[in-house]
Amino acid sequence: MIRILSRYAILFSLTLLSLCALSFSLIYLFPAEPVTTLTGITPQNLMQHEALMNQYHLNNSIIVQFADYLSELFAGNWGVSLISGQPLSEEIMLALPATIELSACAMFIVIVVGIPLGCYSGLRAYSTTDFTINSISVTAYSVPVFWLAVLFILTFSLQFGWLPLSGRINLLFDIPPKTGFLMIDILLADNVDRAAAFSDALLHLILPVLSIACISTASMIRITRRSIIDVLNKPFIIAARSKGLSSKQIFFRHVLRNALLPILPLMAMQITTLITNAMIVETLFSWPGIGNWLIQAIYQRDYSALRMGMLAVSTLVVMITIAIDLFNRLIDPSREKYESVTI
Amino acid sequence: MHKWLVWPVISTALLTLLGGCSPQKYSANYTNGLVYCSESDPISMNPQLDTSTTTADATAHQIYDRLLEFDTESGRIRPSLATSWSVSDDGLLYRFSLRRDVKFHTTDYFTPGRPFNASDVLFSFNRWRLPQHSFHNVSGGYYPYFESLGLADNIADIKAVSPYEVEISLKQRDSSFLANIASDFSVILSAEYADVLMSQGIPERIDRLPIGTGPYQYADYQKNHYIRYDVNNDYWQGTPASKALIFDITPKSSLRLAKLMTGECDAVAFPARVDHQIIREREDLVLAEKPGLNIGFWAFNTERPPFDNPSVRKALAYAIDKNTLIEAVYFDSATRAKSLLPAASWAYQADAQDTGYNPVLARQLLDEAGVAPGFTMSVWAIPVERAYNPNAQKMAELIQRYLADIEVEVNIVSYDWSTFRRQLRQGNHDSVLIGWSADNGDPDNFYRPLLSCDAIPSGTNRARWCNPAYDEILDRAIQTEDVDIRKALYFQANELLFDKLPMVPIAHAYRYQAYREELSGMVINPYGGIRLGGVTKQRD
Repeated sequence: MIRILSRYAILFSLTLLSLCALSFSLIYLFPAEPVTTLTGITPQNLMQHEALMNQYHLNNSIIVQFADYLSELFAGNWGVSLISGQPLSEEIMLALPATIELSACAMFIVIVVGIPLGCYSGLRAYSTTDFTINSISVTAYSVPVFWLAVLFILTFSLQFGWLPLSGRINLLFDIPPKTGFLMIDILLADNVDRAAAFSDALLHLILPVLSIACISTASMIRITRRSIIDVLNKPFIIAARSKGLSSKQIFFRHVLRNALLPILPLMAMQITTLITNAMIVETLFSWPGIGNWLIQAIYQRDYSALRMGMLAVSTLVVMITIAIDLFNRLIDPSREKYESVTI
Repeated sequence: MHKWLVWPVISTALLTLLGGCSPQKYSANYTNGLVYCSESDPISMNPQLDTSTTTADATAHQIYDRLLEFDTESGRIRPSLATSWSVSDDGLLYRFSLRRDVKFHTTDYFTPGRPFNASDVLFSFNRWRLPQHSFHNVSGGYYPYFESLGLADNIADIKAVSPYEVEISLKQRDSSFLANIASDFSVILSAEYADVLMSQGIPERIDRLPIGTGPYQYADYQKNHYIRYDVNNDYWQGTPASKALIFDITPKSSLRLAKLMTGECDAVAFPARVDHQIIREREDLVLAEKPGLNIGFWAFNTERPPFDNPSVRKALAYAIDKNTLIEAVYFDSATRAKSLLPAASWAYQADAQDTGYNPVLARQLLDEAGVAPGFTMSVWAIPVERAYNPNAQKMAELIQRYLADIEVEVNIVSYDWSTFRRQLRQGNHDSVLIGWSADNGDPDNFYRPLLSCDAIPSGTNRARWCNPAYDEILDRAIQTEDVDIRKALYFQANELLFDKLPMVPIAHAYRYQAYREELSGMVINPYGGIRLGGVTKQRD
């Protein structure tokens, strides 16, 4: 157990280290002054330039610079945005929760809709219902997320006027961003009609969440279906059936548990797709998340923001992937036999 | 076999669908506040520091008041914080009586201890007027509007005769003085607030957390996202009906229109020309229009060779067909510009000379000036829509094609708005497509900030053109109240401009304002930023 944990810890830190190295190398790769890309401050005169060079050890060797870069990162000094002049840590901590909230809601839909539909389809394999569900999911899987989002906006926002198309909440609700997670912030806010704010926030969530969830739900249905069919063909199911268990008992005791195990690592892969899609959808729905923030940084050539944003997003994805893999490893005894650690 | 699974699956699917389809109106406190979708971030919360429409829209008439105000209908100057004024016979001494019992904003960060009085006027004017003033260098010490007009140099003294009476003496007669006092930029700040900040050692906060006397007070600002204002419950013209005002910063005009249609915005800034028809066709939206006091132009950086040569500038002007540009970019919402002034101005010259489309002559002029075929230049196109130029990018592309005909290659350059303006001020451009919206109805407000020598350091002279003869004409024009003499002088300036052509005037555009029909009291202010104080939203 400790061996597994330490292996994962080493894997995690090595990945992080290489990510940091990559983001550090960007300082020299971006077409701007290294000092400016690193700190986000454009030196106004030679003296300030010199002071910054010394503060960040940019006159020393690359190794010293990198070590210093790492210590600054861990100390929470991520530099300031080239454009707004705000500390990047603050901006990222405000944008990242919005993306996480969006992805989490989408993931919820994926699990709640995808797994039951996949189970149903798998149990009824090769029936008309199965074919119907399957063809719908293949269709949904083939739809590009940005096109679907635009279609949703055109239909539900502009044509029928049922749902809002931008932001997380109507700005007339004054919700101070304490945690960055809107649902929690609403609970913490004073002088606000919480029920109204909640329903307004939910309405703002629907379209972006559905556009992201669609593709992932479709693949979740297909993964679950495949897994259920595989398990149903295993000899222990025939054995259970011959013992005289009811189909309900067979499903919950034997089929579901065994079918969900291989789904977990695939789900981890789905999460990365989901976050990527979330970042695309954010720009369409003006969702103030990290994707939108990064796009703004690209437009404005905000090099310091790009560097940190890239690092923050990749760290998040690596963390989630490794955590799910570890969890899977811990609950799945059959995977003990693999010696190496993989992500 | 698996009937027990059917119901959970169906009900989940149904619930998800129902959630998406409930046709309820999605804003419970919809009528409590106004949402205005603006196009960009303001540079500062103090319009003294910036001349852009974005900054003026967000601050000038929301947070602040001025001594005098333009009437949006007649263009006449009417009292605001000054209840009355008088001018001496020689036109050098102005005396203003101030309004009593006007309260400054009470916010989380400041509680006023006294009402507005003469010391606030002195502070607000002296801040930009006197370089030795303790607040002059706070936030950069740079007051583009006043510098471009040379206003500080012309004011001899400002003094408080009594707590509610102020006297301003000028060095030279200036017939546009009152108009400048009424412009968006001559706002009145709180001297008491400034003192508090100075004693706390944080004077720069005055431009970030503003205190004024306007209908709304500042509450919160998230860059690229929103500005939030609360109502000023003590507003001297009566408390506005809306409890809150929000500037939802939405750079894309298509998205602004979409948000206007869904009701997420109550009014939007700069509706795009292509969207006008859509807005007119919808019953729940209103598109108001008014001839604007503006000009869109193509300015050459006359400090850079070969653009320092008037015949090169003329050649480039002859190479483009203005009528096609106007048709393609403004559709039918602009008139061709011959000089700087639009027809709405009293000094408009109907028979002013204009450059026609003549590529052969253009090439010939370039050859004479020694500009070889294959010469490359940059055309900077403003990245935002403005009434005076709704699609500079497209115009730049058209110019690119016209100039290709005379074998001049064009690089189109664009940055995000704040970077663009910074680079422009540093004079890094060859030529730029930009424009000017007047801050008041006086012709001096076009001629002086756009092309006078003083306007180069202040950044509004995009051509970076300095001509003493031109400046002298302008100075003579404001030293008289006689409209006919002033007119003749401005005609003379037109002639000089046509001869030197530091910029090609392109079009005067109409001003448009799109809003939802629930709003009432929405008027277009031709003399500057939007005024949202008197706007109310009806319950439907």
